[in-house]
Amino acid sequence: MTFTYEIEGGNFSRAGTASSDIKKALKQLDLDYTIIKRVVVSLYEAEVNIVAHARRGTLTADIDPDRIVMVLDDQGPGIPDIDAAMTAGFSTASSRVREMGFGAGMGLPNIKKNADSLNIQSTVGVGTRLEIVVNF
Amino acid sequence: MTVKDLIQALELKVFSGEQGLENEIQGGYTSDLLSDVMGHCNQNDVWVTLQTHRNIMAIASLRDLAAIVIVKDLEPEPEAINKSNQENIPILGTALGAFEISGKIYELLKKKV
Ligand SMILES: Nc1ncnc2c1ncn2[C@@H]1O[C@H](COP(=O)(O)OP(=O)(O)O)[C@@H](O)[C@H]1O
Ligand SMILES: [Mg+2]
Repeated sequence: MTFTYEIEGGNFSRAGTASSDIKKALKQLDLDYTIIKRVVVSLYEAEVNIVAHARRGTLTADIDPDRIVMVLDDQGPGIPDIDAAMTAGFSTASSRVREMGFGAGMGLPNIKKNADSLNIQSTVGVGTRLEIVVNF
Repeated sequence: MTVKDLIQALELKVFSGEQGLENEIQGGYTSDLLSDVMGHCNQNDVWVTLQTHRNIMAIASLRDLAAIVIVKDLEPEPEAINKSNQENIPILGTALGAFEISGKIYELLKKKV
């Protein structure tokens, strides 16, 4: 099964839509709750990062019998220093975003913790690509 | 303890999600940082926060929370109310601050478990 979503930068009211649909699909599969939780946490954070930091992006989620592969590709500012961005508490989020309770710098660490693998590629001024894998 | 029991014990206001009043509460989490809640809450928790926008419902639904309690007489935004009614996850309210209401919820849960 493959799912594709467009994610709009800046549109917080739609943030989490893709995660919610993927969660519904996974619930059909008789998986452990912890697996669903790990997918949902990592996908939601990745979705919110596009909304908070990029202009637009796409999510492609491939659900296989033994794993889910989520690729999030965005057009946006990119990440100049990925190691710094991965550090808990590091955030460049705007004050508007922070007031909403986003921008605590915990998103990428949450993804790292919940995914079986996380691969980040980014080009400054072009965009960012995350590949997140959770094994079933 | 159900959400209804909590409402009765602490005289909470019910903003929305009445269909979820029988949800079972197994624990609680207090935080205003969405990633913190996303990463550290447990299923069937009651979540205490001052956030009122619709994204609180995305978190509550994705993480299968029992209910949300909004503190300090703040009111949920209409979009949050709609989502709460769709998902049957009640949004409740209190005049108390997060520290006090969390303490009271903690005491109640400790007795029941
Ligand atoms: N898709 C992205 N595009 C550009 N920058 C990003 C993206 N995702 C993350 N970042 C950068 O990495 C930082 C840390 O991300 P994260 O841990 O999710 O924290 P937060 O989103 O709360 O700031 C962000 O503040 C931002 O600078
Ligand atoms: Mg983030």
